[in-house]
Amino acid sequence: MSETEADKDKSQLRQKRMIADHFAALARAKAEGKKVVYTFVPGNVTELLGALELLPVLPEINALQSGMRKKSAGYIAEAEKSGHSEDVCTYVKCDLGMLKSGNFGPTGEKLPEPDLLLLSYTGCFTFMKWFELLKQEYDCPVVMLHVPYQTDGVISADMRKYIVDQLEREVIPALEKVAGKKLDREELSRRLALSARAEEDLVAVWESARHKPSPIDGYFGGVYYVGPIFSSFRGSEDAALYYQELRAEIEERVRLGKGPVTPDGDMGEEKYRLVVEGPPNWTSFYDFWRMFSREGATVVASTYTRVGGLYDNGFRHDPKKPLESLADYCLGCYTNLGLPTRLDLLERYIKDYAADGFLINSVKSCNSFSVGQLLMLRKLEERTGVPGGFIESDLVDPRYFGKANIENRVQSFLQVLAARKKSGGGPLPTREKRVALPIVGGGS
Amino acid sequence: MSDPASSVVSRAAALVEDRTLPAVRAWKEAHPDGLVVGYLPIYVPRPLIEAMGALPVAVFGGGDAIDIIRGDSYFQSYICHIPRSTVELGLCGDLDALDAVLFPSICDVIRNLGGMWRMLFPDKLSLYVDLPQNFDMAVGGKFYVHEMQRIAGELVKRGAKPLEPEALRQAIARENTRRAAIAELDLLRRTEPWRVKASEAYLVIRAGATLPAAEHEAMVREFLAAVRQREARPVDNVRVVLVGSFCEQPPFDLIRALERSGCDIVDDDFQLGLRMIDGDIPGDDDPIEALSRAYLERGRDTASRYIGDLVKGAGLIGRVKASHADGVIFAAASFCDPALLDQPMLEHALTKAGVPHTSFKFAENTGQFQVIREQAGAFSDAVKLWGAAS
Ligand code: SF4
Ligand code: SF4
Repeated sequence: MSETEADKDKSQLRQKRMIADHFAALARAKAEGKKVVYTFVPGNVTELLGALELLPVLPEINALQSGMRKKSAGYIAEAEKSGHSEDVCTYVKCDLGMLKSGNFGPTGEKLPEPDLLLLSYTGCFTFMKWFELLKQEYDCPVVMLHVPYQTDGVISADMRKYIVDQLEREVIPALEKVAGKKLDREELSRRLALSARAEEDLVAVWESARHKPSPIDGYFGGVYYVGPIFSSFRGSEDAALYYQELRAEIEERVRLGKGPVTPDGDMGEEKYRLVVEGPPNWTSFYDFWRMFSREGATVVASTYTRVGGLYDNGFRHDPKKPLESLADYCLGCYTNLGLPTRLDLLERYIKDYAADGFLINSVKSCNSFSVGQLLMLRKLEERTGVPGGFIESDLVDPRYFGKANIENRVQSFLQVLAARKKSGGGPLPTREKRVALPIVGGGS
Repeated sequence: MSDPASSVVSRAAALVEDRTLPAVRAWKEAHPDGLVVGYLPIYVPRPLIEAMGALPVAVFGGGDAIDIIRGDSYFQSYICHIPRSTVELGLCGDLDALDAVLFPSICDVIRNLGGMWRMLFPDKLSLYVDLPQNFDMAVGGKFYVHEMQRIAGELVKRGAKPLEPEALRQAIARENTRRAAIAELDLLRRTEPWRVKASEAYLVIRAGATLPAAEHEAMVREFLAAVRQREARPVDNVRVVLVGSFCEQPPFDLIRALERSGCDIVDDDFQLGLRMIDGDIPGDDDPIEALSRAYLERGRDTASRYIGDLVKGAGLIGRVKASHADGVIFAAASFCDPALLDQPMLEHALTKAGVPHTSFKFAENTGQFQVIREQAGAFSDAVKLWGAAS
């Protein structure tokens, strides 16, 4: 982005400082005797780690940062050279390649080795393989938190109890052992209350996209908004303040009738409102964003921004029921929801946020997201009467981001939306009969 | 002299090859009120289903026998093959006999396929089976018991008999005897591989996918008796364990190609569901708890099962030793994340232990085996000559 420090909003400056402080703390961790826990974004139990003064490292975030810093291609090549298949998730390979290349994190400082691998097994089977692979590299214990899958969109008492039992009997004792102290339950509750505050403000930010024009981009911009709450900061004062400031800034944009901030500054006229399913590509993130922002397309809601927690269904962490609410949080992460529930959520977003179209970015790496998306495309069109587009790319493997191809597809999709707007809409022909919006591949 | 096993092998082959599920249709005619419950790889507690008067049927996709016409339009090119052929079978009516389908928690593909099934076939029951990854009986064990009770409850709503402890005990006993027969066959393969080809054993075991446990046991025993009558002489082949094909199955001709390349497959991952539990499941007072405990405490290592503090690869090395194998062949389905992510760890363990290994990928509809055959042949030659592959 071409912004100067002075242009940055208060919330952005705070987030930047939070990240810098965190990585600095990680760099000092070993010298200061601080313990480090590697864990995953979906189903993370950051408040527990924070209450025990453990420092989290999230390998997925490192992988995406490597993608944005154009380092991922080399890291992936490194992993493939050492025997990892071309077919598998590139986040894993990027992380392994980074490790083999010295484990320098996003700020260029070396990341400390883990004292514990906390395998929060939520919404993705690859997580287990990932930490098994890391276990081979580090001489440290692993603790598993198995989160059952919400096939029906319903949390049963058995599911919740299973998670709470694991937390009580295995996860907390393992964390306490590493931390060298007992969990202070009051501190945990204090942190959960801070989480709930942040969540409330984040939902207000999401819902601001109901306005026309939307003051936010809920996908490209949204990945910045979820930064603190998805990663190491949920349950901290800083995160609560960040969301309070962000909300105020967004409310101000609404008052001024402004659209979202884009890589080129404030967006001009809002021409299209989109809902997006699937993660973004990180290696060409700004190019990808501009394909939309320069055409006046704003993403009013996205599902990727719900993988680290789904709050717009009303869930909040509850200081009065700490472990139960951590369980419900883990269960509710987007990729832990059955396909029919995911479809319902997308349908709701399309309707609630008055979207003109929806787009699926299907990433090669991620079976958890991608399997079933072609059926979702058909079903969503049938249910909403709103046209869908489908592109294929990858998270951090630039070999699967065919820029020209994807740009063409995005353009023709937006042209369809434009034509539809002009003609006043009308029912969509079924996908089998339509040729205007082919199912497309965007790979190289 | 004609081969004493030819009749049972051709019956098994017919059951495996006929994707219109003749045995299932025959069972349904004989049990008009019985439910047919399909399940995807790898494992579901089959006795639970049999105990409810239902027939469990393992679904392994369409192999190389069907043209994928509609299935491909539901899956991106970078997803393995089994879900597309399974959807194809469903859409063309070949799985109509299944009243319900269970999708066990082995990978994101099977998990999401379960969700797709609900949307594509709303009149059929589609259930996810969340197998525990916590192996403490008081935690994961309890969860798994509840999970089985939930599944039983859903099947009852569809017309299955309510689950009774005695019926479950009997079903467990039938499963135990079936598995004992399979274990006997596995042992024979290890001790006299020249007497029974892996490809034949594959057919006879896989035929059990659509048979009640007792019927399948009879078939396996018939095969065992027949092959024991064979006049067979030891052959100096390389003994290999084949790993990674626990879900999508390789084309039958690929197994044959491996045999022709001079490899005796003395242990494999095919049909892992029928071998998932080591030893007998006890007929406890509480049989559902016994099923849970058996899975927790005696479940076999596989890519989709968390191994906790155990050493990765130790299970495989144990299998290599038990079968006196000379080496390991990794044969994983293309785009199979669990198998392909597991493989480097297993390879590392084998290298450390000095066990030769080689690897290739396949899809269930792979049509060309020449390269694989040559690779396996070179591997077998290298093992014979130097005791290790390059
Ligand atoms: S498969 Fe998807 S959710 Fe899992 S680690 Fe890879 S990118 Fe993340
Ligand atoms: S072949 Fe592998 S990835 Fe595909 S469904 Fe089976 S286990 Fe899952």
